[in-house]
Amino acid sequence: MHFAVCDFLLDLVQNSVEAGAANVGIDVVESGGSIEATVEDDGKGMDERELERAKDPFYTDGTKHARRKVGLGLPFLIQATEQAGGDFRISSRKGSGTRVSFGFPVDGVDTPPLGDLPGLFLSAMCFDGDYELVIRRRAPARGVDYEIRRSEILEAAGPLDDASALVAVREFLASHEAS
Amino acid sequence: MAKMTLEQLRKLREEKKGDMQKRDVEGKSIQIIVGMGTCGIAAGAKQSFDEIVKAIDENKLSGDVIIRQTGCMGLCHVEPTVEVVMPGMPATIYGRVDAATARDIVVKHVVGKTLVENHIYDRPAVDIVKK
Repeated sequence: MHFAVCDFLLDLVQNSVEAGAANVGIDVVESGGSIEATVEDDGKGMDERELERAKDPFYTDGTKHARRKVGLGLPFLIQATEQAGGDFRISSRKGSGTRVSFGFPVDGVDTPPLGDLPGLFLSAMCFDGDYELVIRRRAPARGVDYEIRRSEILEAAGPLDDASALVAVREFLASHEAS
Repeated sequence: MAKMTLEQLRKLREEKKGDMQKRDVEGKSIQIIVGMGTCGIAAGAKQSFDEIVKAIDENKLSGDVIIRQTGCMGLCHVEPTVEVVMPGMPATIYGRVDAATARDIVVKHVVGKTLVENHIYDRPAVDIVKK
C-alpha cells in the first residue's frame, strides 16, 4: 500500500505515461476540509469491461510481465479512499483517454499524509517519452496557487535526466509550494 | 521563499552547469534507472530517486550520468530497484535500495567501481558476488 497521497498520484501518472498519453493533467486542491486530486490523460483508454477489471487487484492486462497476476495501482487507491471515508471516480473511453479523481477528508484519521508535492511533480515529469504534463495546484488557505507545464520546465532547464537540472527544478517547484 | 520565475530557473541551471567537472568528452556514459511502478512507489523508490539525484549532484557527476525513471522491472519482491549500466562494470540491478543504499550505489559502484554487496538481484554471475 502507498504511504502518501503523492504516491497514489505518481502511480496514476505512471499509468498515463505507460498508456501512451501525449497530454497528462494533474490537479491537486486542498480546500473546504478536503484534499481533491485528478489525473487525466489522452492515452489509450479502456472500454467498460477493461475499466471494471482494472479495479480488481487480481487482474492485469498481461502485456508487460507475462506471468503476472496482479495489478495493484488503482485497487490500492480505491481501498485507501474507502477506508478513509473519501471518494473515488474513474471514467475512461477506449482510444481517447482516462480520468481518475479522488478525495480525502483533510482531518480523517485514516487519510494518508499529503506527502512531498515538489518531489511528486518532479518525478511526474521524469518519465521517458515526449508528453506534456500540466500541473494545477491550489491551497487557498496557504496562498498557494500555481500552474506549471513540463514543456516550459524542459525549455528552461534542459533534459530532466541530468542530476543538476533535477536539483534546480526541485528548488523551483519547492519555491512554488512554499509561497 | 518567493516563487522562482522560469528565468531564475534558467539562471540556476546555467550556474550549476558551471560546477560540473566533465570527465567524459564523448558524452554521458553512465545510466542509472530507478523502477517507479506501483511496487517501487509503495516501497519508497521516490526517496531512493531523490537520494541518487542528491549524491550525483554532490559528487559533481552530473556531466557523466543519466538518471531515468521507469515502470516495474519485474522484481517486485525486492523493491525499490535500481539498474546501473556503465563502462568497466557489469550491468547490475540492485534491489532493496533504501536511501542509504542509494547513496552507496553512487559512492561505491559509480565512483569506486565496486559492487554493493547484498543488494544484487540480477546480472552479475553468482560466482563474482561474495556471500
